[in-house]
Amino acid sequence: MNTLKKFLGLVWMVLGPLTMTFLFLQAIEKVGLTHTDIERTNTILQWAIILFIFLPISLGLMIFGFYAWKGEYDRLPENSEEL
Amino acid sequence: MSETLPRNNIFKVIGASSLGTLIEWYDFYIFGSLAVIIGHQLFPEDAGASALINTLAIFAAGFIVRPFGALVFGRLGDLIGRKYTFLLTLVLMGGSTFFIGLIPSYKSIGYAAPILVLVLRLIQGLALGGEYGGAATYVAEHAPKNKRGFFTSWIQTTATLGLFLSLGIIVITKNILGAETFGDWGWRIPFLLSIVLVVVSIYIRMKMHESPMFSKLKAEGNVSKNPLKESFNNKANFKMVLLALFGATMGQGVIWYTGQFYAQSFLENTCKLDFNDSRYILLWGIAFATPFFVVFGAWSDKVGRKWIMLSGMLLGILFYRPIYQVFLDDTDYTKIEQTAVLSSTPAPISSVLIADSPDSLRTTSVKVLLKNGASFNKVQIDTVSATKGILPGKALIKDKVLPTPVFWKFVGLIFFQILLVTMVYGPIAAFLVELFPTKIRYTSMSLPYHIGNGVFGGLVPFIATLIASFSGSTPLSGLWYPIGIATLSLIIGAIYLSNKRDESIND
Repeated sequence: MNTLKKFLGLVWMVLGPLTMTFLFLQAIEKVGLTHTDIERTNTILQWAIILFIFLPISLGLMIFGFYAWKGEYDRLPENSEEL
Repeated sequence: MSETLPRNNIFKVIGASSLGTLIEWYDFYIFGSLAVIIGHQLFPEDAGASALINTLAIFAAGFIVRPFGALVFGRLGDLIGRKYTFLLTLVLMGGSTFFIGLIPSYKSIGYAAPILVLVLRLIQGLALGGEYGGAATYVAEHAPKNKRGFFTSWIQTTATLGLFLSLGIIVITKNILGAETFGDWGWRIPFLLSIVLVVVSIYIRMKMHESPMFSKLKAEGNVSKNPLKESFNNKANFKMVLLALFGATMGQGVIWYTGQFYAQSFLENTCKLDFNDSRYILLWGIAFATPFFVVFGAWSDKVGRKWIMLSGMLLGILFYRPIYQVFLDDTDYTKIEQTAVLSSTPAPISSVLIADSPDSLRTTSVKVLLKNGASFNKVQIDTVSATKGILPGKALIKDKVLPTPVFWKFVGLIFFQILLVTMVYGPIAAFLVELFPTKIRYTSMSLPYHIGNGVFGGLVPFIATLIASFSGSTPLSGLWYPIGIATLSLIIGAIYLSNKRDESIND
């Protein structure tokens, strides 16, 4: 199980930047369509909000992956005194 | 200490904490429940779909700032105590809700209207970010160690009951005033009413005592000097914050908001159900499912929190698309309409001149009653051109009322979704409380909770509606967002979380 935790840590580390890249590409594409294909539903403001929120979360996912890769979750504390 | 607190005192603690939290949730959810009407009030009449999406964005803004409220008020709660902090959040929430009810419409003050509402919505989000962690911590710190899941699950019912209360008051107000008056100014009443509820709750909370664990910590001089630093600068604690977020609260948040908020939005805006029908279905579903918060909370004291929460996520992942497909299929009246019309009653035709043009728009509306008991309004807006004659527009079917068997079938499907909510949400307060030590508990548990619920969950209606508006998407495309997030959380939770409970949180 610990090997799986570590291996998946790499996946989470890659997933963070991949998600952000995907969101950036979506934002560029959808904002470009504004006023023509889908009325005014995909404005720059809406996509800016999405990117602003998910950027730190993606970073958090990368840190989580890094900790997992380093084996920080191999043994979890059994009570809060261990924190 | 907590282990020896008399049972009736514990229920006083739960009652006083829960009432205030319930009112805060009520305040927070009225906005979402009235998104369509508020959209018409805050934005230009020709804004179309963007009025709803912008209103949902303002609604979502309240969720987005919840983590910041968690940091600000969580820090205060760990510094000055739980009691005074969540008294402050209650005042901020009640005040901002009341003022939303007083904001003039776009017609009166232009774009100042949505901007002012946005500011008040941000204050609401900050207040809620501070409230929940305090209430959950306060109850958990009073509860005996073998019944922490059971006692904190009462706090967990408040979010759903707050939604229930908001829907109930909206439906009652609308039925008393009538649809037109409600759309004009009656929608303000549920906001204004909040001030009365908040005053009652403040009175009750003033009589509460500080948490025994925090009082002990304070007496011993062990209160944290910098909760933010201790929570997030300490790697051992920070990694648990990340685990709580990605392995539990993220998935829990999307299950909560899909089952209770997106479901109602989908029934009203995508399936075009009647305003009252879409809310009655949710009200019944909530009424039947709410006791299960306590059932799963208590059960988690016996079998652990982890697998109950993750099972709820798994069932959501598997069943969301089939459930919403049924919603779509059963409200598609286009085929039945060909053969099963019992009567159709045309409404008076109305015409409006198009500005700077000799043409006009003619609206015809027919109330259609089907043999199976269903009914709907068929609205068609044609352009009457001075040169080309009548140019027919596309007919819209709206205000659908379901036949009784289908209505109860929908109640069952919503009940099932809320049952999943009770599985993921019932045990989570106890789960979070047990992860972190007393002196930084308020701060540490509030952040993952509010990112999971406020950001991932609160954005479900907004992002799902946005995805469904992409070209090439189907009405079910929006569900990929909660399904994807829940899947990620399920995998992380199953592999990384422990099912062991920390019996002593008195540290």
